[in-house]
Amino acid sequence: MSIDKEASKEEMVLAIVSKYKEIPGPLLVVLHGIQQELGFIPPEFIPDIAEGLNLSRAEIHGVISFYHFFRSTPAGRHTIQLCRAESCQAMGSRELERHAKKSLEIDFHQTTADGQITLEPVYCLGNCACSPAIRVGDAIHAHVGAESFDAIVNELISEKVEVKN
Amino acid sequence: MANIKVYVPRDTTACSLGADSVAVSLQHYFSNNDIDCEVVRSGSRGLYWLEPLIEIETDSGRIAYGPIGPNIIDEFIAAKCWKINKEHWSYLGVVDEIPYLQKQQRVTFARVGVIDPLSLSDYENHFGFSGLKQALDMSGQEIVSQIKDSGLRGRGGAAFPTGIKWQTVLDTESDQKYVVCNADEGDSGTYSDRMLMESDPLCLIEGMTIAGIAVGADKGYIYLRDEYPLAFTVLEEAIVLARNSNFLGENILDSGKNFDLEIRLGAGAYICGEETSMLESLEGKRGEVRPKPPLPAIKGLFGKPTVINNVISLASVAAIIVNGASSYQNYGVNRSRGTLPFQLSGNIKYAGLVEIPFGVTLKDLLYEYGGGSRSGRPLRAVQVGGPLGAYLPESQWDTPLDYEAFTSIDGMLGHGGIVAFDDTVDMSAQARFSMEFCAIESCGKCTPCRIGSVRGVEVIDRIKAGENSVKNKELLLELCDTMVTGSLCAMGGLTPYPVRSALEHFAEDFESGS
Repeated sequence: MSIDKEASKEEMVLAIVSKYKEIPGPLLVVLHGIQQELGFIPPEFIPDIAEGLNLSRAEIHGVISFYHFFRSTPAGRHTIQLCRAESCQAMGSRELERHAKKSLEIDFHQTTADGQITLEPVYCLGNCACSPAIRVGDAIHAHVGAESFDAIVNELISEKVEVKN
Repeated sequence: MANIKVYVPRDTTACSLGADSVAVSLQHYFSNNDIDCEVVRSGSRGLYWLEPLIEIETDSGRIAYGPIGPNIIDEFIAAKCWKINKEHWSYLGVVDEIPYLQKQQRVTFARVGVIDPLSLSDYENHFGFSGLKQALDMSGQEIVSQIKDSGLRGRGGAAFPTGIKWQTVLDTESDQKYVVCNADEGDSGTYSDRMLMESDPLCLIEGMTIAGIAVGADKGYIYLRDEYPLAFTVLEEAIVLARNSNFLGENILDSGKNFDLEIRLGAGAYICGEETSMLESLEGKRGEVRPKPPLPAIKGLFGKPTVINNVISLASVAAIIVNGASSYQNYGVNRSRGTLPFQLSGNIKYAGLVEIPFGVTLKDLLYEYGGGSRSGRPLRAVQVGGPLGAYLPESQWDTPLDYEAFTSIDGMLGHGGIVAFDDTVDMSAQARFSMEFCAIESCGKCTPCRIGSVRGVEVIDRIKAGENSVKNKELLLELCDTMVTGSLCAMGGLTPYPVRSALEHFAEDFESGS
């Protein structure tokens, strides 16, 4: 990665910190902002966040590591959240979980070798009337079985890569 | 032809079944053919096996068709269903006359699925903001007394009387007070908060504003879980709408009273549904549970007196003010007054939202509404009240849905989620998951919860492997006792309930090799 890109990322982090630092209890808002922009919270920026919010680096690390949603490493191009909670279990999510791990050849919290898919567990998407459910981006899918899971994955993989400058 | 309104839900579950694409197809068809029909994105009625449910406005009420997924919409259009085709297989008649809906008493959910969630005029035409207008002419004490008299108890699960909580905040002197809405609906099998926020967001905003005026708070937060992206989008738009029309902000409707609110997103931690953990999270910290006392009503967010209520509690407030405390109080049984929006989930044929007064039996809900299992196999176990609620065997399904009746069988109504399992369920696996979930989601502050849950998984594995089965079952029950009596909050304190109920009522599943 070029030095320029790294520098612009740091500027972005500093801008997010300064945008929210005056609101009450800003840390989660700041972390959400950074993860939305960069896809994860690069550990090298923890000192910037700590200094900007007048907190210790340990406090920032403690918060990032407490919440399942925050990442310290990049995810794949797509993240699939698979619901493991009871309502989905009642409709076959244990089998779906086994199938997903087997077909993607990864465990939870891992990314496929080609960098396409990251698989994460989630505990309820509020779609319990049509279990099992998975979430990809902001889209929730209902009644997901092995076959429809594969179809969703294939569609994601075949999506054109957006060119970002 | 006069302008006809065609309603297509914009609700997470309806969208997960293709409602967005259905709405786009209809819009294209109407505009390409110069047909004067307007597609309105309403909320969902909560009849989820019929989603996407399309409704057509007529003089004799709204006519419903469903389920109309993306693979059927072309056929729906070709059959001219939008002009009312009674012969079509998906024709359901007048929506309000569908028995599942007709049998309900929708009080808190009166507007859900009916209105366009982001139309102020729709909202006001359905009694929206009438409660706020009335509240602005009342004293704080008068409002709090109304809520107390209604018998409303916290709908998040703990069922603490809402009015008493408000009274404590009202009586506590402070330069700053807060209203916090707990929208961290993490219990599996529950979705009523999500529906309300997506389908009638202004109702929550109105309820929070009334709470603020009642107790003297001018700032509110909605702590929303990150797993609800659509609710976030809809709520954000609704807050702007309300603010632009002076239902929120400074000098609300020229009353001289101020109240404004913002949404804060959670980050995937179940424990943040526990109120003190949620306060920590709102303050930007790890969501670790605080010891009580002090009560949040006296020392809550940023150390200030704070009303913390669930979405449904706050959404029930305006209707209580408009219709009067006694009208709400007249619903229900014993100390469980009013209505509860139950959510039928899991392996159930007619899964959906059922708002009814307390008092009917679980069996009625499972069969009269739910129609039995979705798989067609016999139902075997039902978990009521989320992942911390007991698993109930058929012998307990005659229990009336009433907070105290459920407590008496070591169960809980909680937030009204009901998850049904058929006879293929392995109850030892369910018990193991309860412990595993607690281990994953424990905040780590107290030992019984943090360590006990890990040990619980291990002991269940040993029982299943046939290692000293009798002794290990005793050990599991002792561990459960330690967690119940020694945990700081309900996470560790209630996790043993599903475990013990599985062991007690489904003992055969714990035999090795079963």
